[in-house]
Amino acid sequence: MRITLDDVEYRYQVNTPFEHLALHDVNISMESGTYTAIIGHTGSGKSTLLQHLNALLKPTKGRVFIGDRTIEAGKKEKLLRPIRQKVGIVFQFPEHQLFDETVEKDICFGPMNFGVSEVEAKKLARKAIVQVGLSEDILVKSPFDLSGGQMRRVAIAGVLAMEPEVLVLDEPTAGLDPRGRKEIMDMFYDLHKVRGISTILVTHSMEDAAKYADDIIIMHQGTVFKKGTPQEIFSQPEQLLELGLDVPDTVRFQLKLQKELGVRFDHPCLNIGDLAIEIDKAMKRGNR
Amino acid sequence: MGKKLVSLENIIFRYEGQSRNALDDVSFDIYQGEWLAIVGHNGSGKSTLAKLLNGLQFAHSGTIMINDQIMTEETVWDVRQKIGMVFQNPDNQFVGTTVQDDVAFGLENAGVSQQVMVERVHGALNKVKMNAFLNQEPHHLSGGQKQRVAIAGVIALQPDIIILDEATSMLDPRGREEVLETVRELKQENEITVISITHDLEEAAKADRMIVMNQGQLYREGPPQDIFELEEELIALGLDIPFSVKLTKELQKNGVRVVNGHLTEEELVKDLCELHSMM
Repeated sequence: MRITLDDVEYRYQVNTPFEHLALHDVNISMESGTYTAIIGHTGSGKSTLLQHLNALLKPTKGRVFIGDRTIEAGKKEKLLRPIRQKVGIVFQFPEHQLFDETVEKDICFGPMNFGVSEVEAKKLARKAIVQVGLSEDILVKSPFDLSGGQMRRVAIAGVLAMEPEVLVLDEPTAGLDPRGRKEIMDMFYDLHKVRGISTILVTHSMEDAAKYADDIIIMHQGTVFKKGTPQEIFSQPEQLLELGLDVPDTVRFQLKLQKELGVRFDHPCLNIGDLAIEIDKAMKRGNR
Repeated sequence: MGKKLVSLENIIFRYEGQSRNALDDVSFDIYQGEWLAIVGHNGSGKSTLAKLLNGLQFAHSGTIMINDQIMTEETVWDVRQKIGMVFQNPDNQFVGTTVQDDVAFGLENAGVSQQVMVERVHGALNKVKMNAFLNQEPHHLSGGQKQRVAIAGVIALQPDIIILDEATSMLDPRGREEVLETVRELKQENEITVISITHDLEEAAKADRMIVMNQGQLYREGPPQDIFELEEELIALGLDIPFSVKLTKELQKNGVRVVNGHLTEEELVKDLCELHSMM
């Protein structure tokens, strides 16, 4: 399912002394079946943008196309539920939203809210719990008896059980240890590849953006600063550093080394293997 | 190494209703003026350690000595004056309605006189470079700024030790650097001992010493240099190794003759430049 933002603006608390322009002139499109990363630092408008993707917020100017639906500034929208079912959002620290007695009831809550029968919801819960890498016997447990990492997975299963076509992930690995981080990110990538779920990742991690995304959108001061493939985005790393944004470790290292050696590699290295090969070549060319 | 400031001996702790010890016979020392990084997977016991050091929980057996004082429910108030703690979530540790009220809160609790309080609040906010924000409301601050205010609240009490319990994990890269830089400066100027509980291996690489926790036990302790030589072992524990160590390995695989043990990118760049000049 394709999501397009056309000339979107969003102001918080319009007509009050607290009015604040959070987004302006945003024109982006996320094609069906792609993996997009949205990057920017705190206050860049990422979170506001994210809430437009399933109509939690309605633009104060412009239009948002979500599949065959149009959310337009100034127009009253009814029946937003199908949109929320098709576009699932995994918020930051989603485990804070767990509330029910058992893992199974918690996961079933979403689908049943969208009109799925209890029997069907339980089937979805079983499927979802396996997808997040947990075993079915966890379904009868209280979510509050689980470890932090397990709770995070259960919360994610709650979103997957709604069988969304688009999955929006807001910093899904914050607070996890390195292994947990990798496992969760690989899991989302598998879902994207195997089930063709369109994925939109909101992140601070340039490593993850470079590793998983087809396209990267850089937000800065409420609007799109740059968009492109990882190769395009990181081919001018100086630009990002000036904004106070990070670049992947490999790119940052490449930049330092290029400066010290007075050479220039012909492309940004986005993984460590590639970087090692390029360094080897540069060494072999030596001082000539 | 400075003098022994904290020592833990055979600490055992279990949370109510759990079948496994959160800390299982843990012993180690902390020395004055060092930066100690404690790393480990989620659930390895890192944060429990922090809670015990600050008397938020008490060990079932074993002793914790802080500055020659044994930690008990009677001494905990003395001990807390020596140890300040900065928690993970910047939004959960604001009590004041303005920045300066927030920093003053701990001092009020400690019964410090008004005059001294004003001095200390201003001094502490100066040190974390937040003096321009005295009367700001906390929700107008960025995550990094909030954490710096939390640090000011801690140092206003003039502790010997600061514990950072994943204090940078919810911040963006800029906020993270801001906070770490602040703590580094404080440590240098005031000889404060820093205990940093972290998943950030790049940060741990810059510590004086590291402790690796695994399933409630102390798995290894030593300088970062030695710890990161464990490479695959660390990864098996759910941890990671710094970028420069990974790249060194990858370069060696390609036949580039860099030497082992570069914990910072700068060292590795230097090594490569030297190699390059000899080509």
